[in-house]
Formats: sequence, structure tokens, C-alpha cells
Amino acid sequence: MNNFFFIGIPYAAFIIMLVGTIFRYTNYSFKYSSLSSQFLEGRVLHRGSRPFHWGVIALFFGHLIGFLFPSAVIAWNGEPVRLLIIEVSALAFALAFLYGLVILIIRRITNERVQVVTSKMDIYVYVVLVAQVITGIWIAYSYRWGSTWYASSMVPYLRSIFLLSPEIGAVVVLPLMVKIHIVTAFVFIGMIPFTRYVHFLVYPIRFAWRPMQVVIWNWDRKIIRNSAKGTKTVKSRNN
Amino acid sequence: MDVRSQISMVFHLDKCIGCHTCSIACKNIWTDRKGAEYMWWNNVETKPGTGYPTKWESQKIYKGGWEKKGMTIDLKAAGGLKNLFHNPNMPVLDDYYEPWTYKYDNLFNAPEGDDQPIARTVSLITGKDMDVKAGPNWDDDLGGSPEYARKDVNMDVLTPAEQQAMFQLERMVMFYLPRICNHCLNPACVAACPSGAIYKRGEDGVVLLNQKKCRAWRMCVTACPYKKTYYNWSTGKSEKCILCYPRLETGQAPACMHTCVGRIRYLGVMLYDADKIYEVANCDEKDLVKTQLGIYLDPHDPDVIKAAKENGIADSTIQAAQDSPVYKFVKEWEIALPLHPEYRTIPNLFYVPPLLPTMADTSGDVYETNTDSLWGKAEDTRIPIKYLASLFTAGDTEKIKVVLRKLMAVRHHRRDVTVGDIAKAEVKNIMDASELNAETADAIFRLTSLASFKQRFVIPEAHREEAMEMYEDTGDVKGNQGFGFIEKPERGL
Ligand code: SF4
Ligand code: SF4
Repeated sequence: MNNFFFIGIPYAAFIIMLVGTIFRYTNYSFKYSSLSSQFLEGRVLHRGSRPFHWGVIALFFGHLIGFLFPSAVIAWNGEPVRLLIIEVSALAFALAFLYGLVILIIRRITNERVQVVTSKMDIYVYVVLVAQVITGIWIAYSYRWGSTWYASSMVPYLRSIFLLSPEIGAVVVLPLMVKIHIVTAFVFIGMIPFTRYVHFLVYPIRFAWRPMQVVIWNWDRKIIRNSAKGTKTVKSRNN
Repeated sequence: MDVRSQISMVFHLDKCIGCHTCSIACKNIWTDRKGAEYMWWNNVETKPGTGYPTKWESQKIYKGGWEKKGMTIDLKAAGGLKNLFHNPNMPVLDDYYEPWTYKYDNLFNAPEGDDQPIARTVSLITGKDMDVKAGPNWDDDLGGSPEYARKDVNMDVLTPAEQQAMFQLERMVMFYLPRICNHCLNPACVAACPSGAIYKRGEDGVVLLNQKKCRAWRMCVTACPYKKTYYNWSTGKSEKCILCYPRLETGQAPACMHTCVGRIRYLGVMLYDADKIYEVANCDEKDLVKTQLGIYLDPHDPDVIKAAKENGIADSTIQAAQDSPVYKFVKEWEIALPLHPEYRTIPNLFYVPPLLPTMADTSGDVYETNTDSLWGKAEDTRIPIKYLASLFTAGDTEKIKVVLRKLMAVRHHRRDVTVGDIAKAEVKNIMDASELNAETADAIFRLTSLASFKQRFVIPEAHREEAMEMYEDTGDVKGNQGFGFIEKPERGL
């Protein structure tokens, strides 16, 4: 059983995520979108969307930093004040996230226009997110101090997953809430290709340095009229 | 000199009868789909009025277009990360209108009763019953209304007294303003798109939006000061006017232009110098119109032709540029002006301003219609010149006067030719003041009133040697505009 939850699900999730998103990106790029519904309802979205997104981003990077530099986190937590800072701000972000999430869920359920663009998958998305944030807050509150034991007992497990030699000894002894948190996290990853989650996998990085204006030519215009080179003309790279 | 070719347009506002045929033609071909019901890539609004979407001209609200920031220009809405998850300046559905249809079924199936059955309005978004509160041309013909005309953003340039005067019954005035995407030379929509989904076609300057690359950032909707990109709420992708490029490529006029009942629309090629785009977009506000006209090159000039050929522009395109009606209106006669040049996108749709009635003389207390002259002076137009200047010249009233004088001179000249009841000296005075000669006045008259289809739409030929390209790779090359992608345009999960 433990093998299924802590080895089976994680690997299935990663494989589904990788294959699924790549397949969707290359074959169904028209369906790749953040599916914004601000156009249909803007006011409530404004209140919910910002705490929701900023909260989730902070939490994501919090977990990531703990995962990448566990020893640094432990060292940092050596002093109680610093530990407190980290724990309190993490909790604050989680609460902001929860607050935003609740607003967004209410909006999606009650607003007639938004209902029209709500799919079944959106509901599943909410279920998973709610499970994540509730268990997360629960853990932060009852099993202190998460940032320290995360670095010492969770990270080795996660590392072992990535290193393809899973060792679940450390996680099977953790409390139930933590287990739920872990498993829903992997379910979340596995859901990415089938939900609007895909939108956080595409970043407009090129926007930072591309010229303001984009012009696309069918042919290399400098040599298109040159009969000698005409047949060898290369098409300009588009898209 | 980096010569490029651009499909440009002229709309002659004096001829627009406000019939909305253009809008319907466009709607039937392109936007009669789920999620696009509210979109009018071509819309016709009444001026003075608030337009569609409501008050689109107010960049205080929508933050569209470019603005001068120090020595250079930047997008007005360039907001950085702050607005990443919520775009506060974007128009929402209610700024346009909630699209609806009728329950026609009820007319046939209603049970027998004391009252006539009615077809109730139902929302095209939620499918529920709704009360219609606004439409795409809700202010149609309401040129004097407090709700619409007085809230026109361009009214801000008039003093309260001038505004008051404009709404006196005798001076009430209105005209129609048909609008499509301007296929700008410095498009704000392109510059704002983080995904790089919007681009300008090199060959003809049509601005297109790649639906496969769009990720629903909706920055283009905010950035376009003319509000001519739209967000499809159903597919989660933005869309915009495509200038009917599949029609253009096969030598047909865009649908809105082809169907135009008033024959107000002209389309042709303009050659321009792409090296000057920045300079024009960045110039002083008062020079905007002048410098923009400077960017368009004379297609008869041998140097221009040579440079155009070096840049791969086809002979047929150069020929089309030489015959272009747009070039005549905009450059030769200088009677067509860009809409709101102060947005600095360098629009390629030009308007011949309307020569509204000038018959009234209100200098005394009495409202005097029987002036001696037939039409009065061009400057006495019923609509304040300042108002027109706010629309077409970034506030330069002198420029508007010059154009109106020319239009008036053409009328006098033709009246003189055909009827001959105006004193010769007066006609000469008016002609001299407008700096037109008889020959040009006749040419303006002919292209305005008598032009055939082929003269109004001079569309460069598509090329056989490039035909395969157009046919085969529409997907890659044209950026997946709905042509050439096999994937069903369905909403994702
Ligand atoms: S009018 Fe708007 S949508 Fe059209 S090219 Fe200009 S900025 Fe872009
Ligand atoms: S079809 Fe022509 S005349 Fe009729 S509203 Fe449109 S632009 Fe004006």
C-alpha cells in the first residue's frame, strides 16, 4: 500500500505530467490557455486572484528552496527568531492562498456567467487545491516546525524519488495529514496536462528581449526577386 | 530606406449612411460563433457618442496606446508584474454589451391565450432570460442625447459653453464613424503580447493574432487604444480583425468594404519607410499627422521604386501603390486623416472628415438659415472644429480647416461646372483659399462620387510563384488564423 502511494503515484504522476503536457503542447496548442474569465466577471476575481496567485507562488518557491538547499534551511532555522519568521510568513502566504481560493470558488459557483465556462476539470482542480492548502495549514499548525523537519525527513524521500531509488522509510511513519498532503501533491502534478494548470508551464521568457514589434515574412524578402537565387530561397522561420 | 508595403484604407465619412451593412457582413463571415457574439470587428458608431466599447477613447479608463515617457515612448499600460494576475484596465463584457437572441420558438408554440405571444430575449452567454440594457450601437443616431453624446470623450476639449451650444436643437449634429482595426505601423497590440502571438505580416502589413500561441494574457485588449482586439470568452483566446486576408490574397475586397452601401471605403497599397517608424511614433504631438504623412513614400519616385525592388516588393505591388486611391486621398490631396493619431500607433485607416451642414448663421440672436451663399463657409461647420480636431489631428484645428476648405471648394467647383449659379469670383476665391486647382477638384470629385469598384479597391495580385506557399503552409506561415489548422477550435480544459 505504501509502495503504491509513495512510489507508484509519484512516478505515474511525473510520467503523465511529462508526456501529457508535451503531447498537449505540440498537438493541441489551441487548447493551451489560462482560460481567463476576467472578461465575464472582473471585480470579485480581482479580490481573489491576487492573494491566490501570489500565495501559491510563494509557497511553491518555499517548498522548492527547502528541497534544493535543505542544509541551508536547517542552518537558517537554527535561531528561533529566524525560524519564526519563516514559519509565520509561510503561514501567512498559505492563508492568503486559502482566502483567495475561497473567493474564487464562491465566484465560480455563484456567478452565472462564470458557471458557463466552468468545466468538470475546474471542480477537480479546486478539490485538490483545497485538500492541499487545508492539510498544509493543519500540518504547519500541529506538527511544528515544518520547515525544519521537511528539510530533514521529507527532502531525502523526494530526492530518492528523483534519483530513481525510492526510499519511503522516512515518510511511512509520518502522520496521516502529512501523507495526504504528499499524495495530493502528486495527484496535482499528474493532473497538470488535463486541466488549466498547464498555463503555469509556459512562460513568455522571450518577451524580455524580443523587439517590441514582430514582423513575419513568407520568404526571405531580400533575395526573393533575385532569379539566380530564387529557387534556393529559404523560408524565414515563423512561429 | 527600408521600403515596405502596407494595405491601407480610406473611409469617406461624408458618404457613410450608417446602415451597418459592413458590420453585418463581417459578423456573418467571422464572428458568428460561440464566444465571439459580442465582437464587432467592424462597428459603426454615432458621433458624438460613447461608442463601442463604451468610452473606448478614454485612455484614462482603458490605458490603451503609447505615451511619451521622457525621451521615448512606452505602452501606457506597461504595468510589469503588478497586474500579472488581474488586468485592471481591461474592458469586461458589460463595457461592450451582453449579447442576446430571442426565443422565437415561443411565437409558434405558445399556448392559446388572451395575449399575443412574444419572443423573449435570452442571453447568448448564460442562456437565461435577460433584459437588454445595451447593444453594439446602442447610441445609434442619438447625436444629442445626454446619456451618450454628452459623455463623448472628445467633448472634454470643448468649453462648457461650446458643449451647451452643440446641444441646442438647431445645432444638433451627428455623423457616423465606422471603425475596423487600423493595421497600425506601430501596433500596440503586438508590442504588448507577452506570448508574441500577434505579428505584422511583412508582405502586406496585415496584423494577425496567432491563436495557437495566444495564452489569454489579454494584454492586447488593453493595449489597443482602438479596442480592436477582443477576448473570446469561450475559447480562451483573443481575436482580431484579419482584414479578410484570405479574400485579399484572392484579389477580393474585404467583406466590409465590398458590401459598403455608401461606397465610402477605399483600399490600396502604401509604400512606407520602416526606418522612420520610431521617429514618427516618438515625435511631438503637434507634428504627429505631418510626420506620419512623411513616412509614406511616393511610389512614382524612381529611388523609391529601386529600393522597393531591392526589398523584394513585387512589381505588381508597386504598380498597385501607384494606382492606390489611398495614396491620392492621403498624400496627393491631403484630405484624409488618421483617427486619434495621439495614440501613436500610426494607424493605416484614414478618414475624410465629414463636411457637415454649415448653413446656419448664429452670430446674432436669431438663428438665420437663409444666408446668401449656398453652403456657407467651411469653418462654420455645425460641429465644432475643435471636436473634429480631437478626433483626427490630435487637436490641430488648422489642419481640419484646411481639409474642410478643400472639400468645400470641390463642392463649389462642381456646382459651378454643373449648375453655374454661384458667382465666378466667389468660386475662384474659395478655390484659391483651398489651394486646389480645377483639375484636382475634378479628380477628387470623380474618385469620391463616380469611382468604380476597381478604382476603389486596388488590390495587388497574389503571386503564382508564391501561391504554393499560401496554399500549402497556411498553418506555419500565416500563423494559424483559423485557416490551415486541423485542430478543432474548442475550449481547452
Ligand atoms: S488598431 Fe489596435 S488591434 Fe489594430 S493594429 Fe492597431 S493596435 Fe493592433
Ligand atoms: S456599409 Fe458603408 S455606408 Fe453602411 S454603415 Fe458601413 S461604412 Fe457606412
